[in-house]
Amino acid sequence: MMHSGGYARGSRIGVLEILPWLVAIAAFFLLPEYLSLGARILIFILFTLSLDLILGYAGIITLGHSVFLGLGAYTAGILSVKAGIHDPFLQLIAGAAIGAGFGAITGAVVLRTKDLTQLMLTLAIAAIMMEVGNKANWLTGGADGLPGVQVNPLFGVFEFDFIGKTGYVYCLVVLFIVWFFVRRMVYSPFGAMLTGIRENTARMHALGAPVYKRLLVVYTISAGIAGIAGVLLTQTTQSVGLNVLSFEIAGDVLVMLILGGVGRIYGAFVGPTVYLIAHDELAKQFPEYWSFGVGFLLLIVVFFARGGILGLIDKISARVRKS
Amino acid sequence: MQAFLSSLVSVLFHGVAYGMILYVISVGLSVTMGLMGFVNLAHGVFAMAGGLLLSTAMGRYGVPFPLALLLAFVVVAVASVVLERLLYSKLYSAGELPQVLFTMGLIFMSIAVARYLYGTQAAPLFLPDYLKGQIPLFGRDFPTFRVVLIIFSGLIVAALWFGVERTRWGAMVRAAVDNRDMAQSVGINTNRLFMLTFALGSGLAGLGGALGSDILPVQSTYPLENLVYFMIVVAVGGLGSLSGPFIAALLIGIADTATKYWLPELGAFLIYAATIAVLLWRPQGLFGVRS
Repeated sequence: MMHSGGYARGSRIGVLEILPWLVAIAAFFLLPEYLSLGARILIFILFTLSLDLILGYAGIITLGHSVFLGLGAYTAGILSVKAGIHDPFLQLIAGAAIGAGFGAITGAVVLRTKDLTQLMLTLAIAAIMMEVGNKANWLTGGADGLPGVQVNPLFGVFEFDFIGKTGYVYCLVVLFIVWFFVRRMVYSPFGAMLTGIRENTARMHALGAPVYKRLLVVYTISAGIAGIAGVLLTQTTQSVGLNVLSFEIAGDVLVMLILGGVGRIYGAFVGPTVYLIAHDELAKQFPEYWSFGVGFLLLIVVFFARGGILGLIDKISARVRKS
Repeated sequence: MQAFLSSLVSVLFHGVAYGMILYVISVGLSVTMGLMGFVNLAHGVFAMAGGLLLSTAMGRYGVPFPLALLLAFVVVAVASVVLERLLYSKLYSAGELPQVLFTMGLIFMSIAVARYLYGTQAAPLFLPDYLKGQIPLFGRDFPTFRVVLIIFSGLIVAALWFGVERTRWGAMVRAAVDNRDMAQSVGINTNRLFMLTFALGSGLAGLGGALGSDILPVQSTYPLENLVYFMIVVAVGGLGSLSGPFIAALLIGIADTATKYWLPELGAFLIYAATIAVLLWRPQGLFGVRS
C-alpha cells in the first residue's frame, strides 16, 4: 500500500521502524569484512529515499536523478582535489547546497511541464551533465575522473580507514538524520499535500493548493539529499568518476526503489539492500545473467507485484491475518 | 574558403545520411507514443535486433544483402507483435511509471541477450561488392553505401508518407492519433490498428538499425546508448507527427556531424541544450499534434 502521508496514519515511530537501525548496528559488529559494502548500501538507501520523495510521494517521474548524486559526488571531489578543502562536513554541506541549488533551478523548469516532455527534460538534463562531466577535463578529470580524494578525520579523530569502519558509522549517522527529517516531513501537512498532488493534481488545484510551489520545494529537498548521498560516495570511496552521472545509475536507483516498494519510506531501505547484496554476489561472476535478471525482475514487479517486496509482505500478512 | 565549402559538403552529406537513419529508426516510436501514449524506451532494442539479424544472416548464412535487409524488417516486425500482444498491451492504461519500468526491463534483458550471443564487440557489417567503394558525383567522391542509404531511406520515407496521407489505413491512423475514443466509436478497431502500426514501426526500426550499422555500431549497449537520440527525435519533432520527427532527425543528424567535425570538444552538448530549449519553448515539440 502506498503511503498516504499527512495525518492518515499515526506519526509515532512504530516498533518495526526501529528494526532497520538495529540491523545496521548489528551488521557493524557481526560483519566487519563487509563494511565497505555496508556503507555503499547506506548511501544508496539515502539516494533511493531522495527519489522516493519525488517519485513515490509527489509522483514526479524522472530519468535523470543521477544528476544530483553526481553533482554532490563531484562537489566533494573537486573541493578536495582542486581546492584543497578536505573537511568532511564542509564538503557535505557544499554538496547538499549545490545539489539543492541545481534541483531548484532545473525543477523550476522541469516541473512546469508534464508527461513525456517532463521525462525528456530530465533525460536531456542528465545527458548534458554527463557531457559536461566528460568534456570539462580541467575541472572533473574527464573520463578518468578524480582519483585521490582526501578527507580529513571526522572531528579530527576518526580517520577514514581501509576497512571502512568510520565510513560506515558516518554514513549511518547521516542517513539517520536525513531519515528523521524525511519521516517528519511526509507525516506533516506538507506530506499530505504531496500525496494529494500525486493522486489527483486537478483536485489539489481546485482546493487552492499551490501545486507548483510544493513540487518545487520537494524537488529541491530531494536533490539536496541526493547531493549528500553523492558526497558520501566520494568520501567513502576516495575517488569520483563519470559513472555517478550515468544513465545506468539513474536506472539502478529506480530499480532499487521499485524493488523495495514505492512511496513508503522503507521501500527505499529494503530495495537497495537486496539489490546491492545480490549485485555483490552475482554481478562480477555473471554480468550477462545479472543484467538479464534485473530486467526480468522489473517485468515481474510491473506485471505481478507493483508494490515491490514490501507490497508482497503486506499482501501475505493481510492473508495470514484473514485466515 | 574552398576547404570550408568542401568540409561543409561532407558534413551535410554525412549528416543527412545519419539523420535519415535516425528517422527510419525513430518514426515508429513517434507513432507508438502518439497513438497509444505508450512511453516505449525499448524502441532501440528493435533497431539493435535488426542490425544483429543482418550481420548474422549475411556473415553466418551467406544471405544476400537485400534479402537479409528484408529479413531484418520482417523478423523484427513479427517479434514485436508477439511482444505487443503478450506484454505491451497489458500496460496501455497503466500510466507512465509501469511503462517506463517495463521498457527499461526490456532494455536490460536485450543487452544481456545480445552480449551473451554476440559478445561485446560491434557486429560486423558485410557489404556486398557493389556497395563498396566511391561514387563520383559533382566532381567529388562519395561513399557508395552512404549514397544508397540516403536514396533508399528517402524512398521509405516517401512510401510512408504516401501510406499515411493517401490510404485508408493512413486516414484511420491519423484519426486515432487525433482522437482515439472518437475513432473507436466510429468503428475503427484501434487495438488492431495499433498492433499493425506497432509492427510496421518496429520493423522500420529493425531495418534502420540494419542499414545504419556503420553509422550507429551495433553492439550490446546499443539500446541504452542511443536511447536519448531516439527520444529526442520524437520529443523535438512532436508526437504522432510524420514530418516533425523527419525535420528533427535531419537537424540532429547534421548538427551532430557538424559538432563532431568542427567542435569535437563540445560533444553532444549543443544538441542536448537545443533539445531543452525547444521543449521549453514548445512542450509538444516543433510539429506535435499534442503534448
